[in-house]
Amino acid sequence: MRSVRYAQPTASDESSERRAVVFHARGLRKVYRMGEVDVAALRGIDLDLYAGELVVLLGPSGSGKSTLLNILGGLDAPSAGEVIFRDHRLTGASDDELTRFRREHIGFVFQFYNLIPSLTALENVELVTELVPHPMGALDALALVGLSERGNHFPSQLSGGEQQRVAIARAIAKRPDCLLCDEPTGALDATTGKLVLEALVHANAELGTTTAIITHNAAIARIADRVITLHSGGIASVACNAAKAAPAEIEW
Amino acid sequence: MVILDRKLLRDLVAWRGTLGAIVVIVACGVATFVAMQSVYDSLSLTQTRYYETYRFGRVFASLTRAPESVAARIAAIPGVRAVQTRVVADVVVDLPGRTDGITARLISIPETGRPALDDLYLREGRMLRPGASDEVLVSEAFARANGLRVGDRLAAVINRRYRRLRIVGIALSPEYVYEIRGAADVWPDNRHFGVIWAARKPLAAAFDLTGAFNDVVVGTAPADADAVIAAMDRILAPYGSTGAYGARDQASHRFLSDEIAQLRVQAVFIPAVFLGIAAFLLDIAVSRLVSTQREQIAILKALGIDTFTLLRHYTKLVILVVAVGVAAGVLLGAWLGLRLTVIYTRFFHFPLLAYRLHPAIVAEAAAIACTAALAGTAIAMVRAARLAPAEAMRPPSPPLYRATLLERLGAAASLPLAARMIARNLERRSWTALGTVLAIAFGVAMLVVGRYGSDAIAFMIDLQFRTIQREDVTLTFSRPVRASARYELAALPGVRAVEPFRALAVRLRAGHRSRRVALLGLPDPSPLLRITDRNLVAHRVPPRGLLLSAQLARLLGITAGEAVTLEVLEGRRIVRTVPVAAVIDDVLGLNAYMNDDALHRLLDEDRTINGAYLAVDPRALDAFDRRAKGLPLIAGIAYRESMLQQFERTIAESMGISIAFLIGFAAAIACGVIYNAGRIVLSERARELATLRILGYSQREIATLVFGELAVLAAAAVPLGWGIGYALCLALAPFYETDVYRLPVVVTPASYAFAAAVAAACALLSSVPLASEMRKLDLQAVLKAVE
Repeated sequence: MRSVRYAQPTASDESSERRAVVFHARGLRKVYRMGEVDVAALRGIDLDLYAGELVVLLGPSGSGKSTLLNILGGLDAPSAGEVIFRDHRLTGASDDELTRFRREHIGFVFQFYNLIPSLTALENVELVTELVPHPMGALDALALVGLSERGNHFPSQLSGGEQQRVAIARAIAKRPDCLLCDEPTGALDATTGKLVLEALVHANAELGTTTAIITHNAAIARIADRVITLHSGGIASVACNAAKAAPAEIEW
Repeated sequence: MVILDRKLLRDLVAWRGTLGAIVVIVACGVATFVAMQSVYDSLSLTQTRYYETYRFGRVFASLTRAPESVAARIAAIPGVRAVQTRVVADVVVDLPGRTDGITARLISIPETGRPALDDLYLREGRMLRPGASDEVLVSEAFARANGLRVGDRLAAVINRRYRRLRIVGIALSPEYVYEIRGAADVWPDNRHFGVIWAARKPLAAAFDLTGAFNDVVVGTAPADADAVIAAMDRILAPYGSTGAYGARDQASHRFLSDEIAQLRVQAVFIPAVFLGIAAFLLDIAVSRLVSTQREQIAILKALGIDTFTLLRHYTKLVILVVAVGVAAGVLLGAWLGLRLTVIYTRFFHFPLLAYRLHPAIVAEAAAIACTAALAGTAIAMVRAARLAPAEAMRPPSPPLYRATLLERLGAAASLPLAARMIARNLERRSWTALGTVLAIAFGVAMLVVGRYGSDAIAFMIDLQFRTIQREDVTLTFSRPVRASARYELAALPGVRAVEPFRALAVRLRAGHRSRRVALLGLPDPSPLLRITDRNLVAHRVPPRGLLLSAQLARLLGITAGEAVTLEVLEGRRIVRTVPVAAVIDDVLGLNAYMNDDALHRLLDEDRTINGAYLAVDPRALDAFDRRAKGLPLIAGIAYRESMLQQFERTIAESMGISIAFLIGFAAAIACGVIYNAGRIVLSERARELATLRILGYSQREIATLVFGELAVLAAAAVPLGWGIGYALCLALAPFYETDVYRLPVVVTPASYAFAAAVAAACALLSSVPLASEMRKLDLQAVLKAVE
C-alpha cells in the first residue's frame, strides 16, 4: 500500500489560549479491513481538545469523524498513534479500563438517541447517575434540557427532539469531563434540532463541560468555539469562531 | 428458486445457535419416541414369537394328586388343543457355602421328546438323558445369578431326602420369562429363586406321584380359555386343585404384558412433552426470524415473489430443522432402544430379544415431528407471507412500555433500575415469557417424573421390607402341618420368635365377579407382619371376617361391611359367605387376611400351619440354615435381608440407566429453552445493551440484566415444574397400577431439590455461550443503526 504523507495542519493550535488539555491525540491512524480491501479511515491525526471548549468536528460522510469520536470515547482503538486523556493513556487500555474511563469521564449523545425503551425519561437519566459518585440530580438534569415535566414518560411517548434532550440530560447528569455527540441533530428537523443544540450549548455554558459535536451540517459550525474540518481521514482545517452564534440564529 | 434456497442455507447458518437448540429438543423427542416404540414393538413381537414357537400354555392348574388318566378327560374338553401333565414342587436348594435361603421350583419334563407345552429353549449343554435320574436343567437367570455352569453340581432337599443333582444344560421357558415364584412376588430375585427341570419319572417317584401328576398346563385358543377353566375346575376339584387359571393370572405373562402396556403409555406421553416444547420453541424462533427479515420479505415481494413461494421458503426452513432433528433422534433413539432392550433382558428372559427398528416407526416419528413443528410455526409463517410489501418496508412500530402492574400498585419505587427493566421486559412480552417458563417447567417436571419411578419403588420396598415384614426368615411347607410344629421351629438355633401362618388358595366371589387369591390366616397381634397401608397406618386383622386390599375390594365391586362368597380351593373345598370387615389401601399384592382362629373355625379343621415368620439371631443364621434345610416338608426358606439387598441392587441398576436418560433429555429441554430465551433477549436488546456498555456499564452489569431476566424465568419455572411434575405423576400413576402393585404418588423432597438443582445447572450451562455472545456486542454499530 502506498503511504502518502500529507502536509496537514494540526488541531493542537499553539495560538489558542493556554488552557488545560483534556484530550491529547498524536499520529492517529485507523485502517479497517472491509472484506478483501483495507480502508484507511484515519490517516494520521494530531488533535488536542481543551477544557470547557465547544468543538464541532465537521466533515462529509466517510471523512473519518465518527472513527475519531469512537477512538476518543474509548469505543475503538487506533491502528497507530496514541490518545491521552488527561493522565490516562487510552491506547493499549484494556476493555475494563476503557469501560471505567467512559463511566467516569465521558458523556455520549447519539444520532438515534439510544434511550432504553423500558425505562422512563427520568429513569434513563438515573441509569447514569447510579454509576458515578457525584452526579447532579436526575430531575435537575432534565430541567437543564427543559423536560422536567416529562420525567415519567417512556421513550415511546416522547417526540424525537424530546428523546434527544433526554439523551443529553442523561449524558450531562453525571458531570462528565467531556461530552461526545455524534450527529445529535441528524435525525431531527431544523426546529427541533435547534432546541437540542440549545440544550448542548446551555450545558456547555452552565457546566463548562468540554463538548465535541460531530456533524456534516456546516451551519452548526457557527455555534462552536473551534471548528475542525476533516476530509478523507485527515484534518483539512482548524478555525476559531471569533463570535459564536447562538443556535437560534443559525439556519439550515 | 435456487437463490431463495441459498438464502435459506445462510439463514440456517446465521441462526445456528437458536435452531441448533431446537434440533436438540426435536432429537430428544424423536429419540424417546423411536426408542420406546421400537422397544415396545421388539418386546411384543418377541413375546408373540416366543409363545408361538415354544407353545406357551394358556390355562394352568395345580392340584394335590391326580391319576394320569385324568389327562385324557381334560384333553376331551372342547377347545383344548394340548395337555401337558407335570410334577411340580418347590424345594430348598443347597449351594456350596451359601446360607442365604435358595428355593427352586422343580418342574418335570418328559424323558423323551419335548414338553407338549411350555417347551424349553436350550441355551447351553444338552437335554436330559433317559434314565439318568440326577441330571437337571437350570434356568439361565438362576444359573447366571449364582454362577452355575453346565457340569456343576447342586443339591436339593426333595421330600426330606438330600439329593445331589448334576447340571447338564441351561434352559429358558416361556412360562418363566419373568422368573418369580408367583403372583405375590413383584421383583425377580434370581439369586434366591430359580427353576430346575428334571425328568418326570424320578421326580414323580420322589414325590410319590408315579403314574400321577400334580400340575397341568393346557393349550387352547384364548377365546376358549374361560370355558376350559370352568370345565377343568369341575374335573380337577376332587384331586385337590387350587383352581385353574388363565394366562392373565400367570405371574410371568402378567408382568410381561403389564410392562409392555406401560411401555406403550410412556411411548406416547414422554415424546409428546418433548415435541410440544420443540414446536413452541420453533414458533418463537420463526417469529423472530420473520420479524428480523421484514425488509427482506418486502423486497422479495416487491420483486414479484408470490406468497406461496415465500410460505414454501419458510416451510422448508422448518422442515430442514426438523429433518436434522429427526435424523439425529432416530440414531439416538435406535441406540437408546438397543440399550433399553439390554436392560429388559435382565428382567425378561428370552432366547433372543432381538431389537428391531421398524421403518414405520421412523416414518411415524418424522411425520409427528413435522406436524408438530408446522403446527407450531403456522401462524408466524402465514403472517410473514401475508405481509404487504410497503408495510414490511417500514420498520415495525417501536416497542411500547409502561409501568408494570407491580409499579402501578406502588410497590416498585424501591426496586433498582435493573429490576424495573427486567420486570417491564417480562411484562411486555408476558406471553412469550409465560411460554418460556412453561417450557422450562416441563423440563423440571420431566425430572420430577424421572425420579418418581424410583422414589415410588423405593417407598414400596421400604414399606414392604422394613415396615410390614419384620421377620428375618420366612419358612414355607409343602403342605399344612399341625400347629404344634411351631414349637419345633422355636427350638431351631437362634430363633427368638415364631409367628406361624396358614395360607390357602381361595376364590372370592361377589356377584358375577370373582378373584383367585391366597388367603393368609394370621394370629393377632402379628408383630412380624405388620399390615400397613400406604399412609403408613398399621392395621390389625379383625377378629371376624376378612381384611382385603382396597384394590381387591374394587375388583370385586364390594366395600367393607358387605359379604363375599369364599370358596376354599383345597381340602374339602368348603364354600362360605364371609363378611368383609375392613379394607386396607396397600400398595403391594391383592391381599386377603383373616384371623387364624376365625379361619380354623371356618375351615372346621384342626389348627394347621403351612409356614411361619421367624425372628432369628443374626449370629446364629448359619447354624439355623443348616438345620432348617433338613426340616421335613420344607418348601422354601427366604431371608428378608438378602432378598431386600438383591431387589435394591437389581432395581438400582435398571432404574439407574433409564432415569439417567430421562434426566439427560429433561436437561436438554431446560438448556435448549433457556438458551433460546437468552438468544431472544440478546437479539432484541442488542442495541440497548450496547448503549449501556457505551454509557459505562461493565460487561458484568449488562450480564446481570440478561441473566437476571433468565433467572427470573427459571426461578418461576421451578415451583411450576414441581407442580406439573406432581400432576403428571398423579396422571401417570393409574397407568402403573396393576394387580400386583399400585405405585403410590411419592416424590421425595430430595427429588424436588434434585430437579431444581438440575434446572439451575442448565441455566448456568446455557449462560456460557450467551456470555460469549454478549462479549461480541458491536458497540460502534449501535451509534449509527436506526432502531
